[in-house]
Amino acid sequence: MAPHKAKERELLRFTTAGSVDDGKSTLIGRMLYDSKQIFQDQMEALERASRLRGEETVDLALLTDGLRAEREQRITIDVAYRYFATPKRKFIIADTPGHEQYTRNMVTGASTADLAVILVDARKGILPQSRRHGIIASLLAIPHVVVAINKMDLVDYSEERYRELVDEYAAFAEKLNIHDLVFVPISALKGDNVVEAGGRMPWFEGRPLLPFLEDITITGSRNLVDFRLPVQYVLRPHQDFRGFAGRIASGSIKVGEQVTVLPSLFHSRVRELYVGARRAEEAFAHQSVMLTLEDEIDVSRGDMIVRSHNLPVIDQEFDAYVCWMDETTPMQEAGDYLLQHTTRTCKAHVNEILYQMDVNTLHREKATQLALNEIGRVRFTTSQPLFFDPYDRNRETGGFILIDPATFRTVAAGMIRYTTKETLRELRREQGEAQIQRVAATNVTWDESLVTHAEREQQNRHRALCIWLTGLSGSGKSTIARCVERALFDEDRRVFRLDGDNVRHGLCADLGFSREDRMTNIRRIGHAARLLYDSGHMVICSFIAPYEEDRAFVRALFPEEAFMEIYVKCDIEECKRRDPKGLYAKAERGEIKGFTGVDDPYEEPTRPELVIDTTGLDVQETVDRVLRFVRETL
Amino acid sequence: MNAYRMNTFEWLESQAIYVIREVAAQFERPVMLFSGGKDSIVMSYLARKAFHPGKIPFPLMHIDTGHNFQETLDYRDSWMEQLGATLIVRTVQDSIDRGRVKEETGPNASRNALQTVTLLDAVKEFQFDAALGGGRRDEEKARAKERFFSLRDRFGQWDPKNQRPELWHVFNGMKRPGEHFRVFPISNWTELDVWQYIEQEDIPMPSLYFSHEREIVRRDEVILARSPCIALQEGERWETARVRFRTIGDATCTGATESGASNVADIIAEIAATRVTERGARADDRRSEAAMEDRKKEGYF
Repeated sequence: MAPHKAKERELLRFTTAGSVDDGKSTLIGRMLYDSKQIFQDQMEALERASRLRGEETVDLALLTDGLRAEREQRITIDVAYRYFATPKRKFIIADTPGHEQYTRNMVTGASTADLAVILVDARKGILPQSRRHGIIASLLAIPHVVVAINKMDLVDYSEERYRELVDEYAAFAEKLNIHDLVFVPISALKGDNVVEAGGRMPWFEGRPLLPFLEDITITGSRNLVDFRLPVQYVLRPHQDFRGFAGRIASGSIKVGEQVTVLPSLFHSRVRELYVGARRAEEAFAHQSVMLTLEDEIDVSRGDMIVRSHNLPVIDQEFDAYVCWMDETTPMQEAGDYLLQHTTRTCKAHVNEILYQMDVNTLHREKATQLALNEIGRVRFTTSQPLFFDPYDRNRETGGFILIDPATFRTVAAGMIRYTTKETLRELRREQGEAQIQRVAATNVTWDESLVTHAEREQQNRHRALCIWLTGLSGSGKSTIARCVERALFDEDRRVFRLDGDNVRHGLCADLGFSREDRMTNIRRIGHAARLLYDSGHMVICSFIAPYEEDRAFVRALFPEEAFMEIYVKCDIEECKRRDPKGLYAKAERGEIKGFTGVDDPYEEPTRPELVIDTTGLDVQETVDRVLRFVRETL
Repeated sequence: MNAYRMNTFEWLESQAIYVIREVAAQFERPVMLFSGGKDSIVMSYLARKAFHPGKIPFPLMHIDTGHNFQETLDYRDSWMEQLGATLIVRTVQDSIDRGRVKEETGPNASRNALQTVTLLDAVKEFQFDAALGGGRRDEEKARAKERFFSLRDRFGQWDPKNQRPELWHVFNGMKRPGEHFRVFPISNWTELDVWQYIEQEDIPMPSLYFSHEREIVRRDEVILARSPCIALQEGERWETARVRFRTIGDATCTGATESGASNVADIIAEIAATRVTERGARADDRRSEAAMEDRKKEGYF
């Protein structure tokens, strides 16, 4: 181990998972032993302990068992960290037990790992716990997974058995989010394919485990794209110096680059950059740095410095996978906790446990609480906005812990799944149909009413209808809707208009503009419109309704011939110029967050019944076109 | 993207600096323990880097057993000057004088266990809420599960079953009245890492680490240096040998090794080839298989 070489060595952090019976401890012992990491005194202690227990050969597993309680029970009950180095790499092993009740420890060990080694006993095959390890590796976004099929010596080094297990596990892993999955047949006990191939499995063309671990290029465990510096500590050695210290969670930054400070949204440029105590021109992910800014800006711990054109999600509502880690009390719906995320700590409220996930099967079921070692998908609201990225994009800014406010124990680990928008999109796909079916079921009852829908339409001498105007703020929806309502009323039609601002004064006064609230807003409006439709009205709805999914949801509430989607199209720059309520200006100043067209997307309708481009038209012209279209339909 | 690589030392250094800064940010009255050994030297060196160009924003504290080698004390004082750090010294002798602890007697008497009381008294005296220590997980089996942020109850005790899980780089430093934390910024370093880092950064080290001639006695395969606090047992005699120390602690229980390593590069070569762990030379770990674990439970560092 020449020192000059040692300096260039990279670090690989991996986690091992498997039960005592899988031979995990033996494997680690074997790696330490064969790579000559076991010292003479450790080996002697090992021999002493093995002899005391009446065993003939040295039990390599004893090397990695730590605490006395474990030695008594002969199981590892916590995460133990082991260190070894070869001329090529330094390794840190997070050794975790495989028992079901220790999901918590596996999650802990996995949180800092670049790679996971999952052990499978070749005789027993793929057990629920082998799957659980894969699921946890996937949840924690470990980029590389190696499945070591162990105890090959006990199945006569059978290639057939190996292939069978590989096929079974690979089929299962397809459902998971594992980018790189590798298999290796080994015997930890005999040493086959651990450090050296050994010659008893000539059919195996891959590399033995340790050489593989030495050479694998680790990708994906660091995000090098999105610059995020959670401010950890502010250095003020004297009046004229303010340094912002922290460990770069992801991305890179150079002196002179423009940055934005969250949550203040102030801009500045990086003046000086220190990596440790060394001045640097550039710094990158996982370096502990200190930087100063060109402008005097108030920045404190818990703030985040990011590149101005690449902001994280800023939200107080999100959903996450949560692994509950506390044995005393389970997580409760409506429970309040402290949430620690990067360098920020705030209060967090559990809005809803969306479902609990069986970590052996991925099966989802409804739950109102999560007990120790249970994993669920949970929606939160926090007392302050968090600056985050989805966990599978950025492990550093997507992970958080929950702390019990009474005991201060760390009770859960959370992986932010998506921004709420994406979450609900997905959940809608799963649950939306069920909801619509419930509506349909209600209709059956109404059809049995003594007054039929057809009778109402007959009395009104026109069909009932839902006219849905969608478009950007300032596109002209409300103006058109008002005029169309007036004109139809003057023609003796039963007509009523639902307007975005109006419903938000009452029906939806409790809702904000998060993705989830927007969805609830549209759902309520959809149902209100449906009630008006059922009463025989022509309903005109003017809402931005930026998401295709939401509009599709509303459309599904109505009979096909009774719903008319009109896309009020207008160039965004023109909308900004009009800006009737001054909202664009506010959004661009950062005073409003999640504003459609500024920092939230508008998804153009894919198949609207009518498109009206208001960019060059005057109001009367557009109103006439809508009226013509409505009259044709009637 | 290949340019954005960190070698092992850059990574370890960055993590340690992060942990040290986290302590300064999360706690009101932190302290850094300084023993004069290589681990605490490296840790205090990292602390200076963490707050450069400012000063280390907390004091360092030495728990002096009174059985220190003079070289250790001389080094300590000059190193503090170089760091520009504030040093607090509390002595075991003082604890003995005040009747807080009773001196062990017998040939293997050591003040190592007594340090715990002196340390906990000092924690109370200054109301320290976090004490940074140079413990490494590779030192001993029981340390392999130690956390970066290790919670001690109001009696200063470590409960291995009641340690908080640590995920990513999120460290929960919240505590109830009377509780405090021990924090170990160089948890992930091995003995070799420490020496290679010392070489890379050219950190001055106490002379005890380098080979020198000294009067010693051999006892239970441990080589103890001659000092007023070591009494010869029957059949033992002082002899002169070329030795160095792999750890620096209480003179009564810190074993020397026979070695000709006279500079850091020699030491690195020696450790890379050696077959005995550094704690293998500590007499106090040999008392029982679970010795370290027992001492940790009582509040030993």
